[in-house]
Amino acid sequence: MRLQIEDVLCTFCGCLCDDIKVEVDEGRIEKVRGACRLGSSKIMGHNRIKSPMIRVNGELKEISYEEAYRRAAEILINARHPLLYGWASTTCEALKKGILLAEEIGGVVDTTATVCHGPSIIGIEEKGAVGSTLGQIKNRADLIVFWGCNPSEAHPRHTLRYSSNACGRFTPDGRKGRKVLVVDVRETRTARNADRFLRIQPGTDYEIISALRMIIGGKADSLPEDVAGVSKKELIEIAEMMKSAKFGAIFFGLGLTHSRGRYKNVDNALSLVSELNSHTKFVIMAMRGHYNVTGAGQVLAWSSGYPMAVDYARGAPYYNPGETSCCDLLSRRDVDAALIIASDPASNLPRGCVEALAEMPVIQIDPFENPTTLFADVVIPSAIAGIEVEGTAYRMDGLSLRLRKLVDVEYPGDVEILQAILDNVRRLRDDN
Amino acid sequence: MKAVMISGRTLAQGAGCEDKMSPLYINEVSCCYLSEEDYRALGLSDGMNLLLTSPHGSAVLRAGVDRGLPQGMVFIPMGPWANMLTGTDTKGCGMPGFKGVEVEVTPTDEKVLDIRELMLRGR
Ligand code: SF4
Repeated sequence: MRLQIEDVLCTFCGCLCDDIKVEVDEGRIEKVRGACRLGSSKIMGHNRIKSPMIRVNGELKEISYEEAYRRAAEILINARHPLLYGWASTTCEALKKGILLAEEIGGVVDTTATVCHGPSIIGIEEKGAVGSTLGQIKNRADLIVFWGCNPSEAHPRHTLRYSSNACGRFTPDGRKGRKVLVVDVRETRTARNADRFLRIQPGTDYEIISALRMIIGGKADSLPEDVAGVSKKELIEIAEMMKSAKFGAIFFGLGLTHSRGRYKNVDNALSLVSELNSHTKFVIMAMRGHYNVTGAGQVLAWSSGYPMAVDYARGAPYYNPGETSCCDLLSRRDVDAALIIASDPASNLPRGCVEALAEMPVIQIDPFENPTTLFADVVIPSAIAGIEVEGTAYRMDGLSLRLRKLVDVEYPGDVEILQAILDNVRRLRDDN
Repeated sequence: MKAVMISGRTLAQGAGCEDKMSPLYINEVSCCYLSEEDYRALGLSDGMNLLLTSPHGSAVLRAGVDRGLPQGMVFIPMGPWANMLTGTDTKGCGMPGFKGVEVEVTPTDEKVLDIRELMLRGR
């Protein structure tokens, strides 16, 4: 029987769109409506890892779930300082289990945020952010600024649902009633659809933001005619554009966090927004990538007091980005085993870190094969959250939403897998 | 040619993101985009490859044009190929420099490696 399921959440990006329609027939997803290309490709599904596997003489060999759990537990118990990394593409409930496991084995929990918006979180911790919900922006904003982000390709429905093109309660004209400013180093698809595009040189965000702050603070006279390649005249026009908005919103992306200045760029952007609030209403938000990277930060924060890179080796949570963050731990060879869940560090970390990962025993929990599988010693296939198991995820504005289960599968969910590994860890410890 | 390398998201990279062993994803993330001017200056045409070298490593990528790029800047969709060129220093905040990496770009006859060869290279 064909079943139409409405208001499904898309578990791909931080927009966490909640208006998707999915047709299910005989327990299989047949059609997806309303999702973008990224979301549909995930919901429609593709090649899965079929069975748990362990590496024997260099080759992966199929085994039972029970054996895989036990092998994973052995690796974790034998490690001096294991890393538990990923978490942004699974549920909050899974991370809660992961934290229990890390406490038990004295490991480090880090999320993919550290190589994404981690610096933004550090900036926000330092300065505080004038934030809002996406709904407020949709209903009120008349100026949208995309700074170092490209929603046309990374968050395809963002503009239509929440920002530049959305029609809201006080913004009935949608795109026509709004101004859009894009700041970037290259002319992206998003930039091509903007009212104004400010092209800056790579690594000069800090200078440009500082210049805008000076103009907004009434100190334009002290500025040189040219700031990092941008004319003072253009910067004054941009500052005017910002000040004359009734409700402005800055969305910022990895253009700020991945380049020179890192969290200081974000810190400066937060200051710009708080200064703009002396003139008008302005808010700022990070464009979060994975659908639950926001939730991963929330769960860690309420469990340990810290939003990422939490080391439980001392018996109490310890946090020091640059020391306890995944990249640093790997490049310093300060971890000796890794549990990788819902992420692919082999693709996403610098080569030097991947080489370190390849030297240690790796447990991978994921529905899909990816380059990390090429290094994994234990591979445990899991059910896909939001499609095959339910749970909780946080949208990029911090709103928590309930993910639904659409179809039945034989794969266990991440919560179940982590619980089983934890049970094995406890049992093996008792036996010794 | 000296250039500044920026990595970032693209639609095809995103669509293949959860199916990383698929040709769609691999083709997209093993491509290096240049401005039209730089593409012409290097004498490139369809199907030609580039060797990129940074202080941290090197990789062979397919060459493509992105009209939105200024001269002297190359763009690689984020993924294993871009990360062959990035360093591990996080400047004390956990984040390596994925954007703004200085690279040397030269046309090459070498092949783009298959994902397995690339990942297991030197092992
Ligand atoms: S914008 Fe993001 S959450 Fe919405 S459908 Fe596309 S991938 Fe899914």
